[in-house]
Amino acid sequence: MIGIVDYGMGNLFSVSKAFERLGAEYFISSDPKRLGEAAGIILPGVGAFKDAMAQLNELELTDFLSAYAVSGKPLLGICLGMQLLFEDSEEFGLTEGLSLLPGCIRRFPGTDSEGVSYKVPHMGWNKLNYNVPSPLLEGIEESYVYFVHSFYAKTPVEVVNASASYGEEVPAVVSRNNIMGMQFHPEKSGETGMALLQNFIKITESRVSV
Amino acid sequence: MITKRIIPCLDVKEGRVVKGIQFLGLRDAGDPVELAAFYDREGADELVFLDISASHEGRKTMVEVVKSVAASLAIPFTVGGGINSLEDMKRILRAGADKVSLNTAAVLRPELIAEGSRFFGAQCIVVAIDARYDEEQGTWMVYTHGGRKRTDKTAVDWAMEAVSLGAGEILLTSMDSDGEKNGFNLELTSAVSEAVSVPVIASGGAGNAEHFYEAFEEGKADAALAASIFHYKETSVTEVKSFLKSRGVNIR
Repeated sequence: MIGIVDYGMGNLFSVSKAFERLGAEYFISSDPKRLGEAAGIILPGVGAFKDAMAQLNELELTDFLSAYAVSGKPLLGICLGMQLLFEDSEEFGLTEGLSLLPGCIRRFPGTDSEGVSYKVPHMGWNKLNYNVPSPLLEGIEESYVYFVHSFYAKTPVEVVNASASYGEEVPAVVSRNNIMGMQFHPEKSGETGMALLQNFIKITESRVSV
Repeated sequence: MITKRIIPCLDVKEGRVVKGIQFLGLRDAGDPVELAAFYDREGADELVFLDISASHEGRKTMVEVVKSVAASLAIPFTVGGGINSLEDMKRILRAGADKVSLNTAAVLRPELIAEGSRFFGAQCIVVAIDARYDEEQGTWMVYTHGGRKRTDKTAVDWAMEAVSLGAGEILLTSMDSDGEKNGFNLELTSAVSEAVSVPVIASGGAGNAEHFYEAFEEGKADAALAASIFHYKETSVTEVKSFLKSRGVNIR
């Protein structure tokens, strides 16, 4: 059973319906005890990093997620949920994250290395470029997924499974062992997104280490 | 590289999709959920639902329609019309919409943009601008209340103000071009797109695939929106996208 973390930040409805369409069993909860029973966890999220961490702290989910990560069971952060897995973010003042992945969250500078300006947020369909192999990407071709974000992860390349070109190579799928993240919205990314979620379900079912 | 987006717009009135010619003379063009599924299959990059009568009659957009769309489809969509408060935004976003679009309410109370942006992040907040050219002023002026009320704001200034308050995208409709099918208003679109740092959706005037090409190349738009030409099958999303690809535009 997959547990979807409800901490008042996000599009739980779309994420849960996506699992429903894939025929996966899931539950939505903010209770650490109940979530602890899940074979895999989804940390969704839309909104500001600072508010999200405050909510997680208040619901005593911060410690829970760290403990869950150590248990080796799969944890997937989506969009803001992915960003929370890193060490800190500069959104509305520097805020400490869950530190389950190395790196930090920074705002898109809006200008690339050649001085050409680009629009922020990074909004729309962008193509995944594969980097370090991951079971999350198995059987899926490099294809388009839907992004909508103003902040992105600055992280060592060895945790980047896929990136998208936007000013620079933006981490799109990240992972280290059982800790995984997607910067885009798989639940809004058509067939490719559904295939990625299906792979997460498979990982959860087989407890494959990533 | 990010792709240019093609966005069918579903103007909704009482749960049905309609499209007016310059906001008058509505015709019924179908059921929103069915149309959303159809456009998803056709390769639409995103959808916009606008409750066109909401500002006028104070009617709230249909949360149930939003839920049915979000439950059945993996496609991003924006909902606008009658969103006047943070509570309205919460209802729509929690029902599964990805973005909310603010129009009249944001002009009347610009802080609403900041409140929404602070709570959900700029990427969730679209500011919709209806603009019409004013000969005397020599520029485009902003209209509210479904195009019925002229304001003293220029489209370019208001777009810049909205972005500084936290808008993550501008949905720009040319009232002069809307329903005419003679092409997007390229001057207006490029003027706004070059003035702001966020993506701009061109709207109003699409008549054929070439018009989309112009909107991206000359209008500097990041996305382009159309309703009637798609709803009445004068062209299709698939046709428009394959034409754009053949012209070298980066398309999904």
